[in-house]
Amino acid sequence: MSMLHVVNKSPYERDSLATCAGYCQGGDTVLLIEDGVYAAIAAGKAAANLQGLTVAALGPDLKARGIGEDKLISGVKIVDYTGFVDLVANTDRVQSWL
Amino acid sequence: MKFTIQVNEGPYQHQSSDTAYQFTKAALAQGHEIFRVFFYHDGVNNGTRLATPPQDDRNIMKQWSELAAEHNLDLVVCVAAAQRRGIADPDEARRNGKDADNIAPGFRISGLGQLIEGGVQSDRLVVFGD
Repeated sequence: MSMLHVVNKSPYERDSLATCAGYCQGGDTVLLIEDGVYAAIAAGKAAANLQGLTVAALGPDLKARGIGEDKLISGVKIVDYTGFVDLVANTDRVQSWL
Repeated sequence: MKFTIQVNEGPYQHQSSDTAYQFTKAALAQGHEIFRVFFYHDGVNNGTRLATPPQDDRNIMKQWSELAAEHNLDLVVCVAAAQRRGIADPDEARRNGKDADNIAPGFRISGLGQLIEGGVQSDRLVVFGD
């Protein structure tokens, strides 16, 4: 059973990403949207939460916050809304960590 | 694939109403079915027709109404959450002795059972909110 974990809050504001990371299993994907995308900045303290996880981030939300791809940790898959829909459709379950 | 969308956050609060709208639009464009969009908690504020955002800003409420008209969407507002926040259709306004209603075109007011049914009938329930 693969799960898509959607995180929409900054790790510098809430602990939802850390909680989510604790529940992630092999085959799962963490999708960062809205302020959640701040977690993927390589120079940030919170990036450590994402170590070893399959991570995707919503491109329009990165762009809206001026975060260039070169600032991200390696291996982040950048998706648009169509890619977001695909991720939801292609994983068995979806959980929003609100 | 069949989706139900749940929106827990009001328009212009943070970003979730926008994200839910963009997700719904993208899913429809890909040929997926949106079984229902359920507005809960502050999300019910998406269903007013009396909001007047600045002309150079997006009109989130109107975007929903237009998408509903185009794709025959079922936009359901939770009745208890709506009563708390002053969202009323003509029936609710009459029932509660109000002098006006404000529900936007394409929205309807109903109960939590509609959310449960959406979860049961759809392949995925995707939640957007705070």
